[in-house]
Amino acid sequence: MSTPATFLTEEMRQQAIGVESPPVTIEVEKGHIQRFAEAIGDANPIYTDEAAARKSSYGGLIAPPTFLRSVRGVNLELPFELSFSRRLDGGSDWEYFQPVRPGDRITAVARVGEMTERSGRLGAMVFMTTITTYTNQFDEVVATQTNTLIAY
Amino acid sequence: MAEQVYWDDVTEGMELPSLVKEPTTRQLVQYAGASGDFYEIHYDKDFAIGNQLDGPILHGALKSAFLGQLVTDWIGPQGTLKRLQCQYRGMDAPGNAITAKGTVTRKYEEDGQRMVDCTIWLENAEGQNTTPGYATVILPSRLG
Repeated sequence: MSTPATFLTEEMRQQAIGVESPPVTIEVEKGHIQRFAEAIGDANPIYTDEAAARKSSYGGLIAPPTFLRSVRGVNLELPFELSFSRRLDGGSDWEYFQPVRPGDRITAVARVGEMTERSGRLGAMVFMTTITTYTNQFDEVVATQTNTLIAY
Repeated sequence: MAEQVYWDDVTEGMELPSLVKEPTTRQLVQYAGASGDFYEIHYDKDFAIGNQLDGPILHGALKSAFLGQLVTDWIGPQGTLKRLQCQYRGMDAPGNAITAKGTVTRKYEEDGQRMVDCTIWLENAEGQNTTPGYATVILPSRLG
């Protein structure tokens, strides 16, 4: 599959920066936290054992740090199509403000922070930085995740 | 689980206890289900090969979860993770062990909190750093 030699113009970049997704809200389920902790292979009792979690500084069960990756369906509608066949996750940067607990209603909103282009081995590569803000039912920001998507 | 670590006992340059992970394709399927990330390069060999890969590769977010565990295991139930950053520089494949490692880079106080910064990374069997990152944590003090 061929990839264009250049793709992104300054005008497209300006159109993309600041684009925001509609909010997506999920309810955090205890069973989902347990499945997620099992999937990442983390046996920390703070995610699954109520008695152990009560003795921690959180006073109860919490979700693992990257659990909010499981909030799906946060869609950024760009004003143009990123016409590349391949995508890679370039990295993530989490900041934490409040713990996520079972029963929380978490609302995620993503926003495009930056879009740049570099030329790679297979042609143009577009780097899109998105910032996702996660807010709980008390209107507290629990975490932000800055993620870099590489399309090529 | 190790004993609670206290800010007072931390020194710059000290190493975090490392964490060995042996991800399998089964675990990638499990992670796909738990996270909802069903991109086929993580469990469908033909699809991965069709995308110029040698075979399935780990989800980046699973690798950040391993680094998260490295740090939360170390800080214990009284520590608080404030920041977790990493870049997926090299690909890791199921069937290959990877080791999460970390080193304390800075110990300081900020806004009355006792903080520690760490460099963290994942190392493959060849000793290559595939996933460099850093973390910031708050630790309890023996002084209360």
